[in-house]
This record gives sequence, C-alpha cells and structure tokens, in this order.
Amino acid sequence: MSDPSRESDAEAKARRGRNIALALGLLLFVVLIFVVTIVRLGGNVAERPF
Amino acid sequence: MAMLEALNTSKAPARWQDFLQLLKPRVMSLVVFTALTGLVCADRNIHPVLGAVAILCIAVGAGASGALNMWWDADIDAKMRRTRGRPVPAGKVQGSDAAALGVVLSLFSVMLMGMAVNWVAAGLLAFTILFYAVVYTMWLKRWTAQNIVIGGLAGALPPVIGWAAADGAAPLNAWLLCAIIFVWTPSHFWALSLYTSEDYARAGVPMMPVVRGAASTRRQVWIYSVLLIPFCIAPAFTGLGSVAYLAVAGLGGAVYLLLAWRLFRSKAGETPDPRNAPEANGGLYDVRAGARDARNLFAFSILYLALLFATLLGEHLAGLKPLELL
Repeated sequence: MSDPSRESDAEAKARRGRNIALALGLLLFVVLIFVVTIVRLGGNVAERPF
Repeated sequence: MAMLEALNTSKAPARWQDFLQLLKPRVMSLVVFTALTGLVCADRNIHPVLGAVAILCIAVGAGASGALNMWWDADIDAKMRRTRGRPVPAGKVQGSDAAALGVVLSLFSVMLMGMAVNWVAAGLLAFTILFYAVVYTMWLKRWTAQNIVIGGLAGALPPVIGWAAADGAAPLNAWLLCAIIFVWTPSHFWALSLYTSEDYARAGVPMMPVVRGAASTRRQVWIYSVLLIPFCIAPAFTGLGSVAYLAVAGLGGAVYLLLAWRLFRSKAGETPDPRNAPEANGGLYDVRAGARDARNLFAFSILYLALLFATLLGEHLAGLKPLELL
C-alpha cells in the first residue's frame, strides 16, 4: 500500500523543474548585479578626478 | 469563492511553466516593444547593458502586475471562457503563490531599475504596477464601464518609462507616445468586447457593451477612433517622427477610420452567440457574421499600433531626421 504523504513521480518532477527555474533566476540576478556594478563603477572610475 | 476553492483542489502539481504563464508573456512582449521604442526615441547614449536592464525591469514589472491581476481576479477569470484556463482558476497555482510572486517581482524590478538605471524610471515603473494592480484590477474593473479607459493608462506608460530610463526625464514627446496608446485602448478593447461581451456579463464585469449596450459602444468606438488619429499624426509635427512615420500614421489612420465607421454602422454585438454558452469550447476569436466588423477593427488596431511604433523605432535606429513640421 502506498504512503499518501509520499511525493508522486509527477510531483517530484514538477518540483525539480520549479527548483531549477528558481536557481537559474537567482543566478541570472547575481550575474546581472555583477555586470551592472562593473558598468556603473567603470564609468565612475573613468570620470574620477586625479 | 466557493467555486475557486473547488477548482483549487486540483491535484496537478504546479510546473514552472504555470508560474511563467502568471506573468502574461504575450502582454510582456508588447510592453517590451513599446518601452524599447520609448528608450530608443529618447536619442540618448545609454550604455547597452543598462538599456537592456531597463527593458528587463519593465518586462518583469509588467509580469508582476499580471501575476497580481491573476491572483485578485481568479474568481471572475474562472467564469470567462477566455480566462478560465489561467493557472489560478485552473487550480494549477495557489492564489497566495501568485500574489507572492507578483509582490516579490514588483519589488525586485523597481529596486533594480532605481539602482541600476535611475529613480525617475523606477518611480514611473512603481506607479504603473500600482496603477494596474490596485487602481484598475482591484477598483475600476468591477466598478465602472470606464474601467479600460482609465486603466488603459497602465498599458500606455511603458514608453514613458523607457524614455525616462534613457533620458532621466519624461518630456512631452514621451507623453505623446503614452497618449497614443491611451486613446487607442478604448476603440481596440471595446471592438473586442463587442463579440466577447457575454463572457463579461456572465462574470459580472461592467464592460461597456454589457452596461450601455452594443449601439452605444459602437458609437464610442467611433468617437475614440476619430480622437486617436490626430494623436497618431502629431509625432510628425513634434520632432519625433519622419516621412515614413507620417505616411504610416496617415494612411493607416484612414483605414482605421474606415473600419471604425463600418463598425459604427453595423449590428455588431447585438445578437447572442450560442458558442458563448458556458459549456461551449469553440474558438474565442472565431467570427460570427454580425461581429465581423468588430473583429476587423480589433485586428487592424493591433497592426496599426505595432506599425506606428515599429516605424518610429526604425527611423530612430536608422538616424533619420524628424520632420518637425511645427
């Protein structure tokens, strides 16, 4: 007899898909913040008075 | 709500695609297109990465508005043929999850826009999200037949946000782009609602054909169409559009008026459509004989707006000198 609290294959597959999508979204956000920082910092460094 | 609870007992697990559907990808693509036009028309040297981030923020902000809309409107979405397959009424995603996604993405998009681009664009983006989610979705939509007229401002603002992202300000030409979409929205949406009004009536949404009848709606579509064309031609006089734009706006405007006049003189929206019965599964955009004129104007309105913005975008990317007839 199967355990009703146990995740079915379809649920496990759906959860894995959601987790991968979330991980990719977070990775994209981290990369985005890094690139934006470099771009904005780059401009300010180039214009700094010596 | 009982209906919703019944629907939400669906055991199908939520997939990531269901969450993506909450963001209304098709609406997002239109928002990206008009925002990009505003950003390019500003004719400022924004760094390409920052320009891309600005467009991404606007797209995510639009998606967040869509998720909040689907959370709040799940009860009426469940009653309409056009929307009953959406993730929340279909029981694929919990309403609270849709709301959480909308709030989180709203905060992320506005904060990133402010920190990466500028706070004028971020403020306009925040206003647009709030206006769509609160003023339109929670208030106007269920209260007045003018819902899409006033609520249309949310759909009209993306070019202003794009312009502000590049320029740090929103001059009159940016607001002219906003005005074009704002005045275009009633004729576009009411043409559609003339052949989907039974859906809205069933859901209790006070759309114009439901509240004032088909004849009044057709008359108002004609009035808004007449008002629209001067706004569409105006960019050729204000240093925004060039010769190609003037030609597209003028010729397309003539066709728009012809189709609006035909709709005004037609009987569109006056005969009930048996396919709109709750159990019907026919194509939503199928044309019944009496509604052909409404369908024609609806389809052309999309083409006309797309052509106007694509022409402006092309002219500015090609570096064509605007006419400045004034």
